[in-house]
Amino acid sequence: MHEEIFDVVIIGGGPAGLAAAVSASDNGAARVLVIERDRELGGILQQCIHNGFGLHRFKEELTGPGYALRYIKMVEARSNITVMLDTMVLAVAADKTIVAVNSRDGMIKITAKAVIFTMGCRERTRGAIRIPGSRPAGVFTAGAAQRMVNMEGYLPGKKVVILGSGDIGLIMARRMSLEGTRVEAVLEIMAYSNGLTRNVVQCLEDYNIPLYLSHTILAVHGNGRVTGVTCAKVDAAMRPIAGTEFYLECDCLLLSVGLIPENELSRELGIEMDGRTSGPVVDQLRQTGLPGFFAAGNVVHVHDLVDFVSEEGEIAGKYAAWHANGKMGDCGCLITVKAANGVRTAVPQVIRAVSGNTEPVRLYMRVEKPEKNVTLAILSDGQVLLERKLRVAKPGEMIVVDLPVENIKKIGDDITVVLKH
Amino acid sequence: MENSWKADVVIIGGGIVGAAIARELGKYKLDTVLLERYPDLAMGTTKANSAILHAGFDAPEGSLKALLNVRGNELYRQLKHELGLELDLTGSLVVATNNEEMDVLAELKVRGQKNGVEGLKIIGREEALTREPNLSAEVVGALYAPTGGIMWPFGAALAFAENAVQNGVEVRINCPVTKIEVIEGKVTGVYTPDGFIAAKYIINAAGIEADNVSRLAGDDSFTIKPRKGEYILFDKAVGNLVKTIVFPTPSKVSKGILVAPTVHGNVFIGPNATDSDDKGDLATTGRGLAEIVARAQKLVPNIPLTSSITQFAGLRAAADCGDFVIRASNLTKGLVHAAGIQSPGLTAAPAIGEMVVGILGELGLELKPNTNFNPVNPPKLVFSQLDDEAKMTAIKENPLYGRIICRCETVTEGEIVAAIHSLCGARTVDGVKRRTRAGMGRCQGGFCGPRVTAILARELNIPITAVIKDTADSQLFFNKIPGSCEVTGDA
Ligand SMILES: Cc1cc2nc3c(=O)[nH]c(=O)nc-3n(C[C@H](O)[C@H](O)[C@H](O)COP(=O)(O)OP(=O)(O)OC[C@H]3O[C@@H](n4cnc5c(N)ncnc54)[C@H](O)[C@@H]3O)c2cc1C
Ligand SMILES: Cc1cc2nc3c(=O)[nH]c(=O)nc-3n(C[C@H](O)[C@H](O)[C@H](O)COP(=O)(O)OP(=O)(O)OC[C@H]3O[C@@H](n4cnc5c(N)ncnc54)[C@H](O)[C@@H]3O)c2cc1C
Repeated sequence: MHEEIFDVVIIGGGPAGLAAAVSASDNGAARVLVIERDRELGGILQQCIHNGFGLHRFKEELTGPGYALRYIKMVEARSNITVMLDTMVLAVAADKTIVAVNSRDGMIKITAKAVIFTMGCRERTRGAIRIPGSRPAGVFTAGAAQRMVNMEGYLPGKKVVILGSGDIGLIMARRMSLEGTRVEAVLEIMAYSNGLTRNVVQCLEDYNIPLYLSHTILAVHGNGRVTGVTCAKVDAAMRPIAGTEFYLECDCLLLSVGLIPENELSRELGIEMDGRTSGPVVDQLRQTGLPGFFAAGNVVHVHDLVDFVSEEGEIAGKYAAWHANGKMGDCGCLITVKAANGVRTAVPQVIRAVSGNTEPVRLYMRVEKPEKNVTLAILSDGQVLLERKLRVAKPGEMIVVDLPVENIKKIGDDITVVLKH
Repeated sequence: MENSWKADVVIIGGGIVGAAIARELGKYKLDTVLLERYPDLAMGTTKANSAILHAGFDAPEGSLKALLNVRGNELYRQLKHELGLELDLTGSLVVATNNEEMDVLAELKVRGQKNGVEGLKIIGREEALTREPNLSAEVVGALYAPTGGIMWPFGAALAFAENAVQNGVEVRINCPVTKIEVIEGKVTGVYTPDGFIAAKYIINAAGIEADNVSRLAGDDSFTIKPRKGEYILFDKAVGNLVKTIVFPTPSKVSKGILVAPTVHGNVFIGPNATDSDDKGDLATTGRGLAEIVARAQKLVPNIPLTSSITQFAGLRAAADCGDFVIRASNLTKGLVHAAGIQSPGLTAAPAIGEMVVGILGELGLELKPNTNFNPVNPPKLVFSQLDDEAKMTAIKENPLYGRIICRCETVTEGEIVAAIHSLCGARTVDGVKRRTRAGMGRCQGGFCGPRVTAILARELNIPITAVIKDTADSQLFFNKIPGSCEVTGDA
């Protein structure tokens, strides 16, 4: 078996992994390795040829590949970062040995001092949400269709219905329109869109594509290819309402019904998971419950803005380098962060009191459902540590709050994030 | 007809029954041709069923079902080794939740013993729960059958066909029989889009279509009604829900909704039973899926609904007599039926093969042994099952084994290329899936689908737009529309 030794090994070369590599290198890791299963770096960004990336980070509107390229250049500029492309990580052991495979070297065993998981996420499928009907060709997840259209140059269909109004669904509605295909409708089971508001406007309204809120698909029809779908309105409990059924003719159904962090490797290690994010529980250094194993980006929780993904990658890279160099020191007591009362997820789930650390802790949160004029409150022991007024809060848009370190010193065992009406 | 040739025996239908008959005929010096209408073998009932190797206690004593089930179960144990079948004798439990059901179990046990099933045992609540801790707390006892098992039906059908081809049988896909020529009450051949094949013996193994095929030859002695069964399959992550096959106590009409593991480490629930008139209707229904969930939960309460990965339906080919129809036609000479093969048809298939060959012999077909018959299929490389050393060697010999195409099931490009170029090779994305498992995992081809499509196009030397999912009209991708707005990255 081909064997190699590195200080920090990063699994997944998307924006999280690239930022982590750069940061690990800049923070003193001697040998950094990025392992990527695809034929190029950049992750999901390579298929996102629309613009809208990097507004926070670079104060510019870049395309996905454009954003990726900035980081790829930073990686290339650092001679201590090695990249293995077309290489799949098969297993990671608790002693930080990694087994990977590619055509060139065959089976590869890598020993690391710190490991960063940046595997991104996969798409929820038709089978996972159990849409009844026949099983013809022409049902695709939106991301798979996006790759086919933008990277391979083929169309998944010519008359399209999209289920799910998350960002990928919205972006694909516009893309398919630009490609000259008809988008009959976008259906959303919730009473609101899960995508960014700017995407609802720019991808649907600008193209006169109807958005059916509180609607779902009851059946897929067709034998060889999809010929249509039966749709219906749903009630508050998301049950179809009898009598509201209608048929939409189409040859293609695209599904944008959720992303699931790709945590098979982390799960096999027994790393503690957060049932709500489907990602590992991490502290503010992006260290998981298993010392020396870090995680960042969509593998931790699904992001909508790549800027935050890069930010998480940088944090993970820095502390992975510290860990590799034995600089982590004593991490004091753990504080648990709980999401409650209208707040669905909060990351990091754990805060450590790190001696000498004066950086504020940045909390990323998502709400349960759309709200107007609410207050986000961070509480500890019944005391309010911090409050933030929100004119609107939507599940599709991450809320980011910096918790100053002096506030953290005040708190007891845990803190809770809630919405107050 | 511009194209015509001769064969000794024509088999109509490339499901597990047709394939098992072909394999059996490969033991003799005969020109045998198997014709399958679809682009792949086993795309009918054989691809969508419970995949259980039944022990044989269900069918009434003396029925063909009972006889051939028990014989088939026995035959598979050797076939597993000869053909490298994925088959696992997990044992099965029929679970009772009250005393009336316990009485039914006692009857089943007696019936099974009459049918020749070995090792049947009634066990108490405690033992049942020890074997299967996730069973409902209501269980009062169970009938345990050690010879019950699970199998991979597509794999078995393919292995039968591959072995048949290796022994001289010809297999043709995309080759529907459209007409059967009958002269003076005797079959003389079949018409297909490929041409006319003259043959004195024709075997009807056309599954759900067997009555229509029989009518092509002027025999309307039976009809086949489809009865749909729906299923939900769950992720490997919850594959340890049950270790054995768990049946409810059967009712008069059906074996009921079961909960069972698969040979690939998943677990499934189903099937229900809905009579239908449409032989093309394989759609699952909201009502049907809800029904199987509700009934499966009575057996195993914590069905992991959030981990479902796919749903599908299969059609039972129910003959009006209720039993298998395996006999020479009474109306048309030279026509032999292997029809009405409902459950336990998978289990019975190799025994049906033996029986059909016996009937051909009785009809006067000369059965000279094929002295070159090789019962063994060459082993296939399954990358994920190799140890690291063997993986290394495989990649050194062929670097395509170093490229993972399906991340969920760890399937390499080497395996996919081999599946395309092997005997009865894959011509469709689903064909690759059923041979290699690429696309069968939790992401259901979201990741590997486009990649498999590209490999098929390259290996078959066809454009991407000509690659199909399963049937001839199931094109997956289209060319872009010329002149439409092209927006490219400005990176
Ligand atoms: C369709 C779509 C549109 C978006 N639009 C915008 C937008 O307009 N603006 C914006 O700011 N953000 C947008 N985003 C969000 C942002 O791009 C993503 O959140 C970000 O790319 C996630 O980065 P990541 O590195 O965590 O994951 P990914 O980009 O998914 O990268 C993960 C990488 O890990 C690799 N990998 C996984 N497992 C293994 C393994 N076992 N071995 C080796 N490699 C492995 C994968 O191949 C992949 O390259 C969009 C996202 C999508 C999907
Ligand atoms: C819900 C359900 C559950 C089951 N569970 C089990 C079980 O657990 N255990 C068990 O042992 N059995 C089970 N069975 C039964 C088993 O699946 C079937 O008995 C078996 O698959 C039948 O195989 P076959 O070859 O007869 O039919 P098929 O697989 O349907 O094959 C017939 C073939 O003939 C082809 N064909 C039709 N017309 C023509 C034509 N004109 N020209 C050329 N080709 C043609 C078709 O395309 C098809 O490929 C189950 C069945 C169902 C429906």
